[in-house]
Amino acid sequence: MTKSHIELTINGKKVEALVEPRTLLIHFLREQQNLTGAHIGCDTGHCGACTVDMDDMSVKSCMTFAVQANGASITTIEGVANADGTLSALQEGFRMMHGLQCGFCTPGMILRAHRLLQENPTPTEDEIRHGISGNLCRCTGYVNIVKSIQYAAAKINGTPFQEAAE
Amino acid sequence: MNDQTKIDQDRAERTEKLQGMGCKRKRVEDIRFTQGKGSYVDDLKLPGMLFGDFVRSPHAHARIKSIDTSRAKALPGVIAVLTAADLKPLGLHYMPTLAGDVQAVLAEEKVLFQNQEVAFVIAEDRYIASDATELVDVEYEALPCIVDPFKSMLPDAPILREDIQDKMTGAHGPRKHPNHIFEWMIGDKEATDAVFANADVTIKEMLVDHRTHPSPLETCQSVASFDKVKGELTLWGTFQAPHVIRTVVSLISGLPEHKIHVIAPDIGGGFGNKVGAYAGYVCSVVGSIVLGVPVKWVEDRMENLSTTSFARDYHMTTELAATKEGKIQAMRVHVLADHGAFDACADPSKWPAGFMNICTGSYDIPVAHLAVDGVYTNKASGGVAYRCSFRVTEAVFAIERAVEVLAQKLGMDAAELRIKNFIKAEQFPYQSALGWEYDSGDYHTAMKKAMDTIGYKELREEQAKKREAFKRGETRELMGIGISFFTEIVGAGPAKNCDILGIAMFDSAEIRIHPTGSVIARMGTKSQGQGHETTYAQIIATEIGIPADDIMIEEGNTDTAPYGLGTYGSRSTPVAGAATAVAARKIKAKAQMIAAHMLEVHEGDLEWDVDRFRVKGLPEKFKTMKEIAWAAYNSPPPNMEPGLEAVNYYEPPNMTYPFGAYFCVMDIDVDTGVAKTRRFYALDDCGTRINPMIIEGQVHGGLTEAFACAMGQEIRYDEQGNVMGASFMDFFLPTAVETPNWETDHTVTPSPHHPIGAKGVGESPHVGGVPCFSNAVNDAYAFLGAGHIQMPHDAWRLWKVGEKLGLHASA
Repeated sequence: MTKSHIELTINGKKVEALVEPRTLLIHFLREQQNLTGAHIGCDTGHCGACTVDMDDMSVKSCMTFAVQANGASITTIEGVANADGTLSALQEGFRMMHGLQCGFCTPGMILRAHRLLQENPTPTEDEIRHGISGNLCRCTGYVNIVKSIQYAAAKINGTPFQEAAE
Repeated sequence: MNDQTKIDQDRAERTEKLQGMGCKRKRVEDIRFTQGKGSYVDDLKLPGMLFGDFVRSPHAHARIKSIDTSRAKALPGVIAVLTAADLKPLGLHYMPTLAGDVQAVLAEEKVLFQNQEVAFVIAEDRYIASDATELVDVEYEALPCIVDPFKSMLPDAPILREDIQDKMTGAHGPRKHPNHIFEWMIGDKEATDAVFANADVTIKEMLVDHRTHPSPLETCQSVASFDKVKGELTLWGTFQAPHVIRTVVSLISGLPEHKIHVIAPDIGGGFGNKVGAYAGYVCSVVGSIVLGVPVKWVEDRMENLSTTSFARDYHMTTELAATKEGKIQAMRVHVLADHGAFDACADPSKWPAGFMNICTGSYDIPVAHLAVDGVYTNKASGGVAYRCSFRVTEAVFAIERAVEVLAQKLGMDAAELRIKNFIKAEQFPYQSALGWEYDSGDYHTAMKKAMDTIGYKELREEQAKKREAFKRGETRELMGIGISFFTEIVGAGPAKNCDILGIAMFDSAEIRIHPTGSVIARMGTKSQGQGHETTYAQIIATEIGIPADDIMIEEGNTDTAPYGLGTYGSRSTPVAGAATAVAARKIKAKAQMIAAHMLEVHEGDLEWDVDRFRVKGLPEKFKTMKEIAWAAYNSPPPNMEPGLEAVNYYEPPNMTYPFGAYFCVMDIDVDTGVAKTRRFYALDDCGTRINPMIIEGQVHGGLTEAFACAMGQEIRYDEQGNVMGASFMDFFLPTAVETPNWETDHTVTPSPHHPIGAKGVGESPHVGGVPCFSNAVNDAYAFLGAGHIQMPHDAWRLWKVGEKLGLHASA
């Protein structure tokens, strides 16, 4: 199959590649770029495990062809830690609030939460729940994911975060 | 500050530093998972690796007339196409199931369910493999199929399993019909029937626990790599029980077990889906052996939902007999179990219906009888324990719904009826009518705490008012209060009654203390998100006084970990957790001898103090575990072998019996059938609590899966055996929007036979949650004379209930 040439930015790095037109972005990232953080959970765009950030939008990379990313700037889970290598506020929030268990949905969930907090830096619980409704988690029941995002929002905004008492 | 205060403070500081049992230690795993650095099977990339994909049957029941692979083989990039004809000479076209049946790897003469595996295409990449599956030409002759299990054993039913049609004695005794698998009975039938014949009040209800699927977010997958020169196979896969998989692979492939290296890396959720062995695993292995290069197989979601391991599909005729005062006198249950095309239930071998005989629940029921008939149908095989111990969700659903039905018939409050029949704290250990010995419990205390916290009395008052308002036409909302008081049976199990393929269901831990006082420990279990790397280290930290942060936990590599039966049925804490504590205690005993030698005192003169042995009465004379570890390698006492490590294979003396009291408050819009969970309160008693943060997380997750099962999740078939909705478009997985907020609580009744008193918790919320939701729905409609409403309770079905009851305004 004839391959297409694409140029894009992934986690701040310029990347050039040849891809088949039918290659999905998720396979391009995982198999050609060895960025295996984003996962495939459903193949139909429902679960959000493959979520990455593309040109300031949350994108399900199993529903996107790699050629559609030509010229785009993409952030994956591998690119969200702080510059000094420490965990970002969201990554830290998920750990502190027990917002993950098996870890399979986590990269997509964190990328979605990252974009959500860009769109709305002070979301209510309801806004968080709706904001992540395109991302499924089978382990946590979401309560602690909501808390993780609230923790991160507070940290980013410099406001106090109070964990609800048991 | 006086001396004692100082000592206490010092001890508290040292204890805190350990991050041992009882603390909310943050998870070790999360460092890698939050950075996308987990390593799951599909992340694995090996040089020369090929991809396999299945050709699947479009029919539920059909004879295969011919298979032509020539067009597929001609596609550039296709390396091989395997069919049953290729596997048969190797004896691999069928594989044994855990339930004593066989299961087709690739269909030979017939297909028995839609999407059954017919051929396995191996190609250079997954796209080409997928293309080639469409180029395999299979000619089928469609046959009449059986979808309804109640039609399986009709005299004129088509015979499904021609491969065993002459074998009228199965793994669990005689078969009554070629489509019958087993009949399993337990209890005193005569005594039970006698009680029913003379009872004041009896109830009988057909309770259906419908077919669903565990659907972890990561599907089943494997990578097989066979080294032809060494004759060694390495198999990475999504295995909840990697050691058992190694034994199974050895038995079916003929490769010696020591030349098989099974590795379960990080697993993206299991919930029972990843216990069994699947055609994909076998085909990746065969492909690699034949071709000499690694072969990867990754299921897509449609394949996952429609082929690997459904759960439930139990049709339970449930009866209770009681006095008019509400004392339950007997229970009688008959189950028709739809096992699909092959009996591939992942139960301990002697338990064809799992631990369904826990169905007498939390109640002191003097006599009971249970009979289960398993039948074949043209559906996928499985019958796995979806986030529960074997068939325990089914059992708890039966008793907890039946108790509500009885309460309604007696005109009694459902909580009061339960309390009246609870096994009393002083009756433990309690012998149940169906053969179990419950280890410990205090049901009355748990129930009272739950009722007080939720404000049960006030809720019933509110409900009474709302019902009156509904009758007056002032509201279109129905309020339901769901109750569930469950007793689980987990931690399989004692060798006398629990084995898998003849291997007793022990589990294991091996702990090595390094000279510098850090630790590596390995277990026979395998975490799929439960946080084992965090919690086993907490057990060891408390037992031997080395900080949890200095302890690395490793699971899943069968070359390095001691043999164990794996993680399912909430068995990790009850079994491998016990092994961990026992192994740690062996180390501690040796450490005490070393410390005595170092301090030049008798062992008996030493006492344990958090992280050290000290001389009794001389608190300043002590040796820390770290110092002792060094001495174990540097200067062990004469006549003692150097080193400091221990292994334990723990065979539990009994199961453990976690329990809990759950309450759900639900509001249902009678015109749309939309049910909203206003409150859900879960009180769990899992004995000793190792990490309260992780317990709470497990409870949240289990409740969410229970919510899904009760309120909409289903694997459904049409009359032709077409599986309906095998994608996340139709299969209900709740999002953050539908999922209720969970309130958690606990009591602590330790297990008397477990070294640290822990019982296991991961599955309780699912087991207790399903009937709680269903009871809430049923309770909402009960005063309108709805009768028992079957699950799942999605809006469409509840709307239909309202329609049937004539509650909707005529157009």
